[in-house]
Order: sequence, then structure tokens, then C-alpha cells
Amino acid sequence: MAHIKKKKKVETPPLSTASLPDIVFMLLFFFMVTTTMREVTLLVKLKKPQATEIQKLERKDLTTYIYVGAPKSAALGTEPRIQLADQLASVGDVQQWVILQREAINEAERTKFTVSIKGDIDAKMGLISDIKQELRKAQALKLSYSANPAASAEELFKSF
Amino acid sequence: MASKKRAVPEINAGSMADIAFLLLIFFLVTTTMDVDKGLLVKLPPWTEESSEEQDIKEKNIFVVLVNAQNQLLIEDEYASLEDIRRLAKEFIDNNGDGSCEDCRGLRDPNSSDNPRKAVISLQNDRGTSYKTFVTVRNELLGAYAELRNDLAERKYGRDYQSLNETDKEAVNEIYPQFISEAEPVKIGG
Repeated sequence: MAHIKKKKKVETPPLSTASLPDIVFMLLFFFMVTTTMREVTLLVKLKKPQATEIQKLERKDLTTYIYVGAPKSAALGTEPRIQLADQLASVGDVQQWVILQREAINEAERTKFTVSIKGDIDAKMGLISDIKQELRKAQALKLSYSANPAASAEELFKSF
Repeated sequence: MASKKRAVPEINAGSMADIAFLLLIFFLVTTTMDVDKGLLVKLPPWTEESSEEQDIKEKNIFVVLVNAQNQLLIEDEYASLEDIRRLAKEFIDNNGDGSCEDCRGLRDPNSSDNPRKAVISLQNDRGTSYKTFVTVRNELLGAYAELRNDLAERKYGRDYQSLNETDKEAVNEIYPQFISEAEPVKIGG
């Protein structure tokens, strides 16, 4: 008797998704730890200069940012302006504002207070110097000129 | 009376992954991983007198001028950005009076006495672009960094960054950093 053997299908076992939550949680925690919310909306055009001798600013909570650049909105002209927190300000406001920012830090760590100037490459030194003078008046003497890392000095010169 | 323990129904964890995904996507979208980096400098304290005269010998000051056209004048000679680092290193490391044992300078009597007395003065115009200023500042910091690194290699056989705090301080003692950013003036142009 001819017996037709039915070819048995080789079944692949279903992929177990039981460990999926674990993987997702792992990613979740990673992003939760590394995340920082963007705290300001930039009102000025900002293209940071490049440099090689840069140092990391370790403590974000001890750092205050001053943005300098031409306003994004054309109605405000093309002359570089200062942005403190969420609004454009004038040089005269800097001192008061920096003092207020420093007051917010707990007293033991106030000496580590750093101001980071995020300046646009097209800004002129006149304005930056005025800010520096205001910072000196406010006794905020630790300053960082924010810059993007450049691979080498040669590369830096090429951009001129 | 031994009451029969009521079986607690198992919580269905099937939707756990969905919740986790939701959170994950939220953090993925809001995350920004920019670490702020920059050239760290220290400003001098504010004084009422606009310019305090200090007794520093002419030869111990390395003057770098940048004008509104972003042109450089170093020690009264035209220079380009590429020259700053080399010239600054020669100046700092000069060791004119021979008191710095670890220096390898040229000992030119018309240049700086020793690294502890050498001061770099950076003066710019109000019209100098920020980009040029940062680059010049970077080169000056780079000159010090290279000298310190060379010394660390000679003395400890390792680069400066890998030294411990006391060794770093010993190196900084030999090459302290004196860079002064003068108030801008109208240099011309």
C-alpha cells in the first residue's frame, strides 16, 4: 500500500517577548539619567566658535549662561544682543541678574559659581568686554568662553 | 478554624512594556546631551581705578594686539594666528635670569626673566570679532598647556592630564599662568 508520507512542517518556535520590558526599562533608565530638559529658547542666532583647549563644565547647577548674538527676529535688527534666561537684556541688567543667580546657589558652593558666555562668532568684542566688566563688578570672576571642540589647531586656522 | 487562603489573582504584566515604551519615547524626545565646554578663564577683581599701574619690566610682558580687522601684532611685529603658540612658548620658556631649572628656553636677555615673571597681555579692539578673540585666547592657553605637558613628560614620564594633584601643582608652580585681558581700546581702523 502506497503510503504518502505527509511532509511535516518544521515550526519555528515563537520568539519570547518576556524580556522585552527589561530591555526597554534599561533604555528608559539610561535616558532618564542622562536627560536634561532644554531650559531656554534661544532668541539669538548662536554659532559657537571652535577651540582646542576646552574644559568641561562639570556642574550645570553652578553655571549660568549668557547668550550673545544677533536677534533671530528681524524686527530687532542685526546688532548682537544679550540674552539672559528667556529674554533679551541690555548690558546694564547683567550685573543684577548674575548676582541673583549666585544667590540661588547654596552658600558652601558659591565660590564655584561660573558664568558661561555663549557667544556667536560674529559678535564683536566690544559687547563681550562690556559683559566682562559687569561680571567683574558682580564679583563673578570665573568665566568660560563656551566653544565647540576642534580636532586640531590647524583645522581651527582653516576656518579663517 | 483554618480559613482557606484566598488566591490573589496575578497582575497581568503584559502592558508593562507599553508603559515603559511610552516613557522611553518621552525621554528620547526631550533629551539633550550637550555638555557645555569652554575656555575657562579667571577675571581680575573689579577696581575703581580704570588702569592700575604695576611695576613690570617691559621685557617681561608679551603684548598681543588684535585690531578691528582681526589682524595681529605681537611684540610690535605683524604675526598670524599660526605664530602665536610658538612665540608665546618661546617667551614664557625663555628663562633670561636662569632661575628656572626646568626651563629649556633660549635665555635671550631681551625676553622674559623666568616663567613666574612672564605676563601675557592680550589687548583687543572693540571691533575685534569674538571668533578671532577665542582663537587667540585658545592659542595662548595652548602655549601654557604644551609647556606644562612637556615638563610633565620630562619629569614624570607621563602627560599632564594623567598626573595626580600634587604633581600637577608642582608643574603649575613652575609654569604659572599669567594672561591678562586688557580692557579694549580703539587700536585703530
